Amino acid sequence: MKIVGLTGNDAVAEAMRQVDPDVVAAYPITPQTELMERFAEFVSDGIVKTELVLVESEHSAMSACVGASGAGSRVMTATSANGLALMWEMLYIAASCRCPIVMTVVNRALSGPINIHCDHSDSMGARDAGWIHLFSENSQEAYDNTLQAVRIAEHPDVSLPVMVTLDGFIISHTLERVEILEDEQAKKFVGDFSPKYSLLDVQNPVTMGPLDFHDFYFEHKRLQVQGMENARHVVREIGKEYGALSGRDFDYFESYRMEDAELAVVALGSAVGTARGVVDELRDEGKRVGLLKLRVFRPFPRREIVELLRGLKAFAVMDRSNSFGSYGGPVFSEVRSACYGQGLELPIVNYVYGLGGRDTTFEDIRRVYQEIEQMASSGKAPDDIRFLNVRE
Amino acid sequence: MSEKLPGWKELTAGGVIEKAGNASEYETGSWRVRRPILDRNKCTSCLICWVFCPDSSILLEEGKVSGIDLDHCKGCGICARECPLKDKAIVMQLESECEST
Amino acid sequence: MKEVLAIRWHGRGGQGAKMASFLLAECALEEGKWSQGFPDYGPERSGAPVRGFNRISDHRIDIHSPITDPDIVIVLDDTLIGKVDVCGGLKENGICIVNTQCDPATMRSRLKLNGRRLFTVDATTIALDEIGRPIPNTAMFGALAKASGVLKLETIVREIQKRFKKKFGVEVAEQNVKAVRRAYSEVKGE
Repeated sequence: MKIVGLTGNDAVAEAMRQVDPDVVAAYPITPQTELMERFAEFVSDGIVKTELVLVESEHSAMSACVGASGAGSRVMTATSANGLALMWEMLYIAASCRCPIVMTVVNRALSGPINIHCDHSDSMGARDAGWIHLFSENSQEAYDNTLQAVRIAEHPDVSLPVMVTLDGFIISHTLERVEILEDEQAKKFVGDFSPKYSLLDVQNPVTMGPLDFHDFYFEHKRLQVQGMENARHVVREIGKEYGALSGRDFDYFESYRMEDAELAVVALGSAVGTARGVVDELRDEGKRVGLLKLRVFRPFPRREIVELLRGLKAFAVMDRSNSFGSYGGPVFSEVRSACYGQGLELPIVNYVYGLGGRDTTFEDIRRVYQEIEQMASSGKAPDDIRFLNVRE
Repeated sequence: MSEKLPGWKELTAGGVIEKAGNASEYETGSWRVRRPILDRNKCTSCLICWVFCPDSSILLEEGKVSGIDLDHCKGCGICARECPLKDKAIVMQLESECEST
Repeated sequence: MKEVLAIRWHGRGGQGAKMASFLLAECALEEGKWSQGFPDYGPERSGAPVRGFNRISDHRIDIHSPITDPDIVIVLDDTLIGKVDVCGGLKENGICIVNTQCDPATMRSRLKLNGRRLFTVDATTIALDEIGRPIPNTAMFGALAKASGVLKLETIVREIQKRFKKKFGVEVAEQNVKAVRRAYSEVKGE
């Protein structure tokens, strides 16, 4: 174990260096650029043996990743916002071909108007593409999640691509304390990749991505659903194993001071750090408040989350992206839907916050707790979606 | 068709086809409306039909055209069209006018 | 809340506010603390007003917001004063350290400091003398160490030697160390 000062981008690049994937295909985009620059240095300096494929677009990047994965390689890549959007078609192909690709998404607002700062509209838009989604609060988790993602993706019961997100600029460009594993520890943890098939294995030729019509397509999709369902136990097992190695346990979520809580906030990404401070302050004032930090968004841990929320009197769900015309953002829709028929008769409210990098302060989150406290006493949930810290 | 198709648990992930070249198990000959009739006396085995056939259905024996794979020939007629002989060695005939094979 | 020391750097694009915030975070890590260093990001170009931020604590730092109420403000360029509210939100018992040729008393009259402590140092002249370039960021570390005691002078010297040697060579590293030591001895407070 080593303590180093790393930005979020550096931390992921360090994890990638330790994994030393066979192939990385990527295209630069702010705020992911520095991550790939740093990894490209490792390649040029011969520190990793990776074949770095420099492509002409993100669509090509993901296409090259799918091809390399089909060849039986361990494949990683990274992107942000509009770059992820340009990969769209290939995201679905990667998941349906069951390619265990690990991709870092440095979260950034998906235009427009054009904006380079953080929100989750890019990766949330890709939530139905069939990828596993792991959110990171800080540089440490971006590092930890990247190593675990390799194991989760390649697990034979799963065999699906994994997206590891970190908040653009807020985390990607902040230098902070990160504990990294020794290279040998990390390498031993991720282990070797033994793919079931390889297109380069001419002794055992196979066809990947064939035409698949109404007589079989649905069954293959059902099988893909099972891969995602299997990820539920795999994510947990790998999280425990990583915890034993690093001292940092990982699960679907982190529940903070939830034991006797009456009010809580469900959130993900870097804003959780601010919320944790608010919880501490409110607890000092005698309020029974807690916080639920979601780490795994796909597969969504609906049963486990409901059990934690059951004892509350009211709670808020924070979304750093908007789903236009929907009743609430993606996290809200998931959480609220999970509560249906589970006997939770309590006010649930959605706050959309931080779009385009808008700062979410201590006071903003304090206000959220104040408002849900009022809802708890009236027993009434508002009918509207609330926009935190937006000018009227 | 009364063939029972496999359930999702019996399939390979991603629809990978583990058995290479299994397209030959699919008998596309049933699609055929017109059948190519080969006259081996006229045929010079120039192999132009063999080159052009999109379904690899021109059969060879020791480099000479020996027949047509009617299990897979879809009856497209390219072989008959491309046969360079003025008096064609392959002609197309309606299936309904052919003796059953 | 857990006790966190917050520092805000003000400079112009090219004066090294980002590098300073990163170096300071690394120095604090060397001293066994938890720290953060981050700049403002946007369309800044050479000469545009920019900011850098640091948080230092004995405990894990959870918050990742920009710093609005710093304990220490460091101004790399006194021509920013009047254009940018450099001391905005500075805590009652805060410290302001300015790179300027002015003496502290004159500088105080230009800043709305009330009771807050002020230190000045001519870091640009020091940088020109010692490094040959008007980049005052490293010299300000000397002033910071003396004025605040946040970091030990020797930690700064060691980190500059270690990091600059790799990036710029031994000579540049030693020039910067000289600038740090000179600013440490020349900084004036009131």
